[in-house]
Amino acid sequence: MRIHFKTSYDHDIRLFPDWWSFSIYAALVIVAVILPWLLGDFFLGEVTNVLIWAIAGLGLMLLTGQTGQASLGHAAFLAVGCYSCIILMEHGWPFLLAFPAAGIITGLFGTLFAIPAVRLHGIYLAIATIALSVLADDIIVLLDPWTDGVSGKFAPVIDIFGLEIERWSTPARFYWLVLAVTILCTLAYRNLLRAPLGRAFAAVRDSEVSATAMGVHIALTKAAAFGLSCAITGLAGALMGFFAGAFNNETFSITISINLLMMIVIGGLGSIHGAFFGAIVIAFLPQVLSMVTDTLGGGIAIPGLEMGVFGAILILFILFEPMGIYGRWLKIRTWLELFPFARKDMFRRQKSYLKTERLR
Amino acid sequence: MSLLEIDRATLKFGGVTAVNDLSFSVEEGEVYAIVGPNGAGKSTVFNLISRFYEPYSGRISFAGENLLDRRADAVADLGIARTFQNIELFDHATVLQNLLVGRHRHRRTSMIEELLFTPRVRREERRHREVVEEVIDFLDLQPYRDKMIAGLPYGVRKVVELGRALASGPRLLLLDEPASGLSVEETQDMRWWIDDIRKQMGVTVLMVEHDMGLVAGVSDRVLALADGAKLAEGTPVEVQSDPAVIAAYLGAPADGGVA
Amino acid sequence: MDILQLLVSGLANGCVYGLIALGFVLIYKATEAVNFAQGDLMMLGAFVTLGLSNAEYVGLPFWLAAPLAIAIMAGVGYLLDLLILRHIFGQNQTAVVILTIALGFVLRFVAGAIWGHEPQTLQSPLAMGDIRLGGVVLGMADVAVIVVTVLLTICLYQFFQRTKLGLAMQAASQNQMAAYYMGIPVKRVQGLIWGLSGAVAAVAGILFASKGAIDPNAGLLGIKAFAAAVIGGFGSLPGALVGGLIVGVIEPFASRYLAAGYSQIAPYALLLFVLVFRPHGLFSQVRVKKV
Repeated sequence: MRIHFKTSYDHDIRLFPDWWSFSIYAALVIVAVILPWLLGDFFLGEVTNVLIWAIAGLGLMLLTGQTGQASLGHAAFLAVGCYSCIILMEHGWPFLLAFPAAGIITGLFGTLFAIPAVRLHGIYLAIATIALSVLADDIIVLLDPWTDGVSGKFAPVIDIFGLEIERWSTPARFYWLVLAVTILCTLAYRNLLRAPLGRAFAAVRDSEVSATAMGVHIALTKAAAFGLSCAITGLAGALMGFFAGAFNNETFSITISINLLMMIVIGGLGSIHGAFFGAIVIAFLPQVLSMVTDTLGGGIAIPGLEMGVFGAILILFILFEPMGIYGRWLKIRTWLELFPFARKDMFRRQKSYLKTERLR
Repeated sequence: MSLLEIDRATLKFGGVTAVNDLSFSVEEGEVYAIVGPNGAGKSTVFNLISRFYEPYSGRISFAGENLLDRRADAVADLGIARTFQNIELFDHATVLQNLLVGRHRHRRTSMIEELLFTPRVRREERRHREVVEEVIDFLDLQPYRDKMIAGLPYGVRKVVELGRALASGPRLLLLDEPASGLSVEETQDMRWWIDDIRKQMGVTVLMVEHDMGLVAGVSDRVLALADGAKLAEGTPVEVQSDPAVIAAYLGAPADGGVA
Repeated sequence: MDILQLLVSGLANGCVYGLIALGFVLIYKATEAVNFAQGDLMMLGAFVTLGLSNAEYVGLPFWLAAPLAIAIMAGVGYLLDLLILRHIFGQNQTAVVILTIALGFVLRFVAGAIWGHEPQTLQSPLAMGDIRLGGVVLGMADVAVIVVTVLLTICLYQFFQRTKLGLAMQAASQNQMAAYYMGIPVKRVQGLIWGLSGAVAAVAGILFASKGAIDPNAGLLGIKAFAAAVIGGFGSLPGALVGGLIVGVIEPFASRYLAAGYSQIAPYALLLFVLVFRPHGLFSQVRVKKV
């Protein structure tokens, strides 16, 4: 077992606790950077997809895992990010301006939505966000002059100082672009966690009453969480648009919202790793399922199978591993580190009773 | 001028008068205890000071400033910190993180700076951490620093909550039943800590407590409440021997003083 | 006359929404969880009835198949609680929300695997014929839906107000620990609530299937029932029904009098409107937590 000897407070403040974990993440980034030379275009596309989902997952994780506000409407914010980025580019903005602008615009939308939403708790918030997700579809159609409604839009080619980036013709460049955004978002998320605002998010999640008594402005903090979460989600939405190439009002449906929420639960609520683990599951599950049905059933597509299996996996996770894949990973790691001294009841969950949320 | 002044505060829930025309003041540097039977309105007084409840009438001022002009989250900025009767910690965070939330009122950095984790944020973090470590040393919380609250025993949580309040660097500390549910030794520790908080840190303490031993041991003045109104006020000995207080506690037939 | 017809068909739709919302409220009252799969339970109830009564499947007479289906769905509800929901007791609401959404996916898959994804119609005696009142033509099914819903709501209301079990259910929902101490078998009571809401879902499903075709995605109707439940305040049985009726009536009128594109927004816009101005519904039960 590795033991961290801490000699200064900076040990807890800096990004990595020790050289070992720094080298692991550094190695991971290096592998990620050279991946285009290791993988074919198909799998590179899949990995790109994973990363885009992971960014969206980070966005939702900030809101749901960190601040405790469940959202079933994040597809709407993906849509805002996607449409605003591409509409800005159609108006002649360069990608390098349009892309961050899309994040900011989505963040502003999120903050705007937060104004009524900060008053809502638990299920009411979940339902309000569902309504938002359903409405997004209709609103995109109503805004036809800007969004081209049902017929949809095509993503233009990205041009960064003369360097052309496109999903199909230059998959490696597109992958690096997505990777860069992923790393930046992850860093920003990580920075937030070790700063006062990140702790305020957790405080709001765990006890609004005592957060208030400690001087945390609940509404502002939640609005900040919504804004940041939606900004990250908006960036993911823009990348999704480029990845898909074409999109319309049905691309960002409520199913996407639900998938996104389920994804971060499977991955592990409240951790950065969880967003990535969940993204891997959601991006590769269809592939795995089609491989399984190919070998078993001779290639007959079973409608609804994907969602059925996904639902079943999720139920099993919530029942047996509510901390998600990341939680299981931590347990396995601890078990290995302590071997052979790990005890079974080390991870036993405490029994809990229902605390009414009608009293708040 | 007193540090905290409650002037003829009244609070009604529907038809029930929880606090009835209550006035008292807490002087800088003293330990002031509020006692009274269950339902006397002790915690309600705290919630009035924390601005969780809006008084029906009356004034509350702190260091000359009208508290009623402030939002609940702006009360902490004045240097008022509190603990809760049933412990309200951030369960899914570590002890260290809980204490650091106590520093929130000293946050000087903006969201953008924190996203980038600029050198200023790092400096501020170190400064917060130093204060928090002093609190950890003071309360002997070193073994629990990186433990999750959710797995801690009750007695430790109680201390962590005190620590979180102290980490905010308060002028006035509101302790809501600091000794409830604690063992004899833990209560003894709590007594020493309250003494030290007042003497070493110069923090004024206002507490609600049932344990008369603790109250008599640490407080300078005691206020006895019954049905939201003042029953008696004075030194612990005076209040304990007040016939109205004895009657209210023992439920004996009122002989004069009890309303 | 036109308006009256719109009103009746709106009310009938609203009754189905109201019944699904009733299922939400039942479970919310008992366990403070929202069953996002309630719409899918309704769909399953419709398919079970269809499977039992339609000639191409089992072919039982409708009046035998319907009670049987209701009983089966009550069993399904109870089992869902016993096998799944009970185990995540006391965890936060997000977990329950996601769990029940996942359940909905699984139910949809199961129904699709058994009965296929093509829309099917229930051969129901309720669906036959029209009633003529003067110049107004009312669907028999619409009228039946309204009558059954009203009866069911009255029964449930009486059940919660008058019977010991109903009171126990209320107690268990308001303070679980205290209910334990008072000797109420909280877990069994919650299982029964789930059974009850399964039965209500089956009734809603039968009524819904009497009015038109069903397919495994019919459960998505549940989203509109959310609007109903929220407008009703999530804690009140009559509130849920009223909410359902409001949503049901708004829909046909909106599609008649509003421009295309705006009409389907109407229920959700109303939902958001209610949430903004009455965050806990029109019949709110939320109080401030004591510290």
